[in-house]
Amino acid sequence: MTGTGRSGDDSRVLLRASSLSKMYSGDGIVVHAVRGANLRLEHGEFVAITGPSGSGKSTLLHLLGGLERPTSGEIWLNGVRVDKFSQARWAIMRRRHIGFVFQFFNLVSNMTVADNVELAALMGGASRKQAKTRRTELLGELGLAAKADAAPSRLSGGEQQRVALARAMVNRPLLLLADEPTGNLDSAAAMAVLRLLARAHADGQSILLVTHDLRVASGADRVISLFDGMIVDDAPMPAKQRPTPLPDVLKLRG
Amino acid sequence: MRMPLLALLAKEPAHGYELKTQLEQLFGEAYPTPNIGQIYVTLQRLERDGLVRSQDVIQATRPNKRVYELTDAGHEAVVGWIDATSEGPRIRDEFFMKLALSQLSGTSDRLGLINRQRRHYLTQMRSLSDLAVKADRRIPRLLIEGAMLHLQADLDWLQRCQEEFL
Repeated sequence: MTGTGRSGDDSRVLLRASSLSKMYSGDGIVVHAVRGANLRLEHGEFVAITGPSGSGKSTLLHLLGGLERPTSGEIWLNGVRVDKFSQARWAIMRRRHIGFVFQFFNLVSNMTVADNVELAALMGGASRKQAKTRRTELLGELGLAAKADAAPSRLSGGEQQRVALARAMVNRPLLLLADEPTGNLDSAAAMAVLRLLARAHADGQSILLVTHDLRVASGADRVISLFDGMIVDDAPMPAKQRPTPLPDVLKLRG
Repeated sequence: MRMPLLALLAKEPAHGYELKTQLEQLFGEAYPTPNIGQIYVTLQRLERDGLVRSQDVIQATRPNKRVYELTDAGHEAVVGWIDATSEGPRIRDEFFMKLALSQLSGTSDRLGLINRQRRHYLTQMRSLSDLAVKADRRIPRLLIEGAMLHLQADLDWLQRCQEEFL
């Protein structure tokens, strides 16, 4: 099936990829970054993709967000086949329906924190008034109201990532994609970002996140492990807190 | 558990149940507190070894309680324990033993072994994260943070093993 027709799939599925592959070639060498990945994400689900560096996890996320084009395979987003989208259509899709958070924040350095967030809202189709309202709300929720008029460079890494999160969430995206969102943060700032992601998830936000940080991954509903471009495990996490044997490292010696 | 009990007694004499409570309060929920029976047995052994002495305190309405205090030898033992360096990285790691031996013998599904272990680390990490949210005092919080950092290191090592073995 091609084109943008609705798939016959279950309506709970937000994102589905089948036999997704990405090859890079140059100098006569072919690298299979992603090999035949199949995955699905339901509405409201929080899924983490983990794996060693070079396992293809960032490439997979970029394919799913249209930042790179797959060599083969299909991607369906909310019932629409998107893998053949032109760059322009992908750009519109991302502005309106996908929030992206990167490891290095990628804020616009010569704009204020407020403008960074409002610009994303305007590009997503909000009116100026809506953009301002949502920006004020979000920065308030993320504890950044006082930094609205500051330049991003005046903020700590953790604060910059929270601004990036506000920017990604401002259009209430169908899907939040995050590529190592805590990879460049110290432990405390990472935990703060993690708490915000958990809160967004509790409010129904669908999240697909790439991380090598076990703390971040363990907060997800499901953890997909990637190795050498292939999905080698897809592990549901226990739904509710339940007592598990504590690790040895907690048993004091002596 | 001998040394933590001695160290608590260095502060002031106490009976077994008080020591249990002190341990729980100090280290928080993440720390698996020994049961009261283990504490009494340990105290008896410490007394046999001359590190503590005890006396019965008569209580009017309840059974007598036995209060323990440190001896000079006990004081010395605590100071020696605290001053000594502690064991470093684990060279004896059971999971690694299994992985290495299954590699040698070729008897088991190594990917399955690694996947199960990864899931186990993730589940432990999730429990610790839940506890971390509730840990508002410094010592329990740091204990949990340390456990999380160790788990992350275990996972990184697991991935290295995966790269080398698979």
